[in-house]
Amino acid sequence: MAVQNILGFEKPIIELEKKISEMRKMADKFDISNEINKLESKVNSLRKEVFENLTPWQIVQLARHPERPYSLDYIYLMTENFIELHGDRRYSDDKAIVGGFAKLGEETVMIIGQQKGRDTKSNIYRNFGMPNPEGYRKALRLMKLAEKFNKPVITLIDTPGAYPGIEAEERGQAEAIARNLFEMSKLQVPIIAVIIGEGASGGALGIGLGDRVLMLQYCWYSVISPESCSSILWRSWDFKEQAAESLKLTSQDMLKLKIIDRIIEEPEGGAHRDHEKAAAILKGVLVEELAGVKKIKKEKLLDSRIKKFGEMGFWKE
Amino acid sequence: MTMAWFKRSKENISTTAPKKENSDGNWIKCSECGEMIHKVQWESNLYSCINCGHHFRIGSQEYFGIILDEGSFKEIDKKLRSVDPLEFTDTKPYKKRVEESIKSTELNDAIRTGTGKINGIDVVIGCMDFGFIGGSMGSVVGEKISRAIDKAIKTKNPLIIISSSGGARMMEGAVSLMQLAKTSSKLAKLDEEKIPYISILTNPTTGGATASFSMLGDINIAEPKALIAFAGPRVVKQATGKDLPDGFQKSEFLLEHGFIDFIVSRKDLKEKLTQLLKLISG
Repeated sequence: MAVQNILGFEKPIIELEKKISEMRKMADKFDISNEINKLESKVNSLRKEVFENLTPWQIVQLARHPERPYSLDYIYLMTENFIELHGDRRYSDDKAIVGGFAKLGEETVMIIGQQKGRDTKSNIYRNFGMPNPEGYRKALRLMKLAEKFNKPVITLIDTPGAYPGIEAEERGQAEAIARNLFEMSKLQVPIIAVIIGEGASGGALGIGLGDRVLMLQYCWYSVISPESCSSILWRSWDFKEQAAESLKLTSQDMLKLKIIDRIIEEPEGGAHRDHEKAAAILKGVLVEELAGVKKIKKEKLLDSRIKKFGEMGFWKE
Repeated sequence: MTMAWFKRSKENISTTAPKKENSDGNWIKCSECGEMIHKVQWESNLYSCINCGHHFRIGSQEYFGIILDEGSFKEIDKKLRSVDPLEFTDTKPYKKRVEESIKSTELNDAIRTGTGKINGIDVVIGCMDFGFIGGSMGSVVGEKISRAIDKAIKTKNPLIIISSSGGARMMEGAVSLMQLAKTSSKLAKLDEEKIPYISILTNPTTGGATASFSMLGDINIAEPKALIAFAGPRVVKQATGKDLPDGFQKSEFLLEHGFIDFIVSRKDLKEKLTQLLKLISG
């Protein structure tokens, strides 16, 4: 797809790709297949070199790429018969969290995700993917529906954080997140959580407690954004690269720290370069993982879920 | 707190003693109303102002003294200490930060847990210490709470946690974030066992603590005028650019919005807990 927003480190790759596609257009008039092949192998090795040596900060940038597929993109590309359900039945309908029943392969699932916007207007509509308490309560309501009808839950995590607003505090942002963690621990159907973009702190975790926690390759997950970490610990916004490094927030780090179960590979150059392919890969993994969690006996499901999170952490005594 | 007049002053220099706000020898100035309070008065008034009732910040040592029957506290999991899973360094290495905090507070981390009695009623209790890296929750806090919950399940005794926390411990990154999930899911287990959990929120309780165990009490109790929040006032102000309403995120505000059951002064805390525990288990 045509890329509009180009990150600094992507630039040489995308320029070469452009050159190749221009040359392809001339290929029926001139014999330049040798040159094209040469350039192709050049761009492949360049891409490989750049993407194998991404810094944590570059990964944060990829996770935030404005052309990255968002929850609804994945839902529409991966599932059929999606029916979006709205509202928390208590206050309102939070547009920063979407969800509903859908068919994933053969299976009906409840799929819930945080939703960002693509432009200013849709970002304001989606509150930049920052849920209010009613978003978490809507998510919980949908999970309870899934439980009632014995359908597995899939959550897609992509948020710069729970919204730190006055009304959000009034309506109990902390309580809404805590309640979700509490109730998700007791939910009688399998839960698979996938970090598809940004996994910022409690706002991400609020729909992130699952029997399996997966993460796309170029995402970040941490207790704070690199910018806020920099401003608190270094008292300046200028140390975000260093903070990203220190926070150990990449998918590789998460796997090492035993916080996630699996990394899902992205298409070459990142999910934003090929939405269809990214969704196809994710769908394949989800179908496989669903088959796995469905095998866990019901009476063991909750114990193993609580045990999984109970084992997280590092200490000495 | 009887006999405070006759005790040697050394015993009163507790390891978790709060910062004396404008202290001058034996006199303490109230940060709220400016009242000068003698140390002895201050202690016998359970570390609150004799004029305006302002609750000074205190630590686990003082809370255990206020709530539990004398000599009944038995600490568990005392030796747990933080390690450095991220090898985190900001302006100083996390390891060093922990070592310095252990030295200056004489505590091993930001919570102490154990068993004790409240007017003869057996309880499992945990109390956070804000003095230890801002009462931040890392792996040790998460694990100690988790084990205290196990203890409550095993002994079938009620669980009480007194919170004062700046949130998750940044220097443990996503590992500290996972402590929200860990403590909340363990509380779900406690809930299934129908064992009471009383959460006492003190000044301040914010971030990761509030977004997990602190808000999940069967009964949530707060001390007067405590700051209780998800995002602190500075963050909210910065994000919204709006002036914050009067009393925003204080105990009274949370009571009004339905997130805590009641507010109780320190001097009534033990009696209220006794009354409540008797009603629940009676």
